[in-house]
Amino acid sequence: MAEENCIPINSEIDIVTARQKGRAMAAQLGFSSTELTLIATAISEIARNIVEYAREGEISLSIAHEGDKQGIVVMGCDNGPGIPDIKLAMQDGYSTGKSLGLGLPGAKRLMDEFEIVSEVGRGTKVTMKKWVQNHAR
Amino acid sequence: MSVPILKQGDYLIASVQSELSDADLLKLRDDLVSRVGEFRSRGVIVDVTILDVMDSFATRTLRSMAHMIMLRGAKTVIVGIQPEVAFSMVQLGLKLESVATALDLEEGLALLDSQTKGDTRRG
Repeated sequence: MAEENCIPINSEIDIVTARQKGRAMAAQLGFSSTELTLIATAISEIARNIVEYAREGEISLSIAHEGDKQGIVVMGCDNGPGIPDIKLAMQDGYSTGKSLGLGLPGAKRLMDEFEIVSEVGRGTKVTMKKWVQNHAR
Repeated sequence: MSVPILKQGDYLIASVQSELSDADLLKLRDDLVSRVGEFRSRGVIVDVTILDVMDSFATRTLRSMAHMIMLRGAKTVIVGIQPEVAFSMVQLGLKLESVATALDLEEGLALLDSQTKGDTRRG
């Protein structure tokens, strides 16, 4: 299995590709079907944020190891306008676009780890991880 | 990929066949809103059994679609939301509150029948 998979996000069609590839990679890692849906949905939300705010960017998928834990790492990068106030953007219901404002905080709830770094005028980088639960192996 | 829409008596049935892009979803919404008038339908069923992801965009589009169809005088029932998808929607904080849902196509038809029965505008 490829250790890393990079999907360019240039239009809304790429959102579907990104979540399908993410689901496929997560399936190989042994996530449960519910977890696969959570991962695919989280990827969909951050990919949509890229399309909506930055127009283009990329989603990269890789495998994380920590001790005997295995997981999936989803990174979303763009060189868009950046987020001036991350704390505000992470609040439920806050949106400057036409969305419900659940994208970023929602994606955080779906994953185990979530980190966002953003610089106004330079871009945004979201890193999220989900670990395979032991009982699933 | 566009979603086929079947006319079944007074109802329209849109059965999603594959994952939908944002553009596909918007087209489905526009098609249904206009066909409700074309066929003078009283109810619309959207079968989403095949969908393994319903993110914020999909949810918002289905919700606005149901509202538009209501404004056109027909009822909408979303059927077939999978357990994993329901779980993920709740985690994400997505709501379909004002939209009728049913387990599957059969239940959806029964719901429409019960809601449109007694409606004698067509005699």
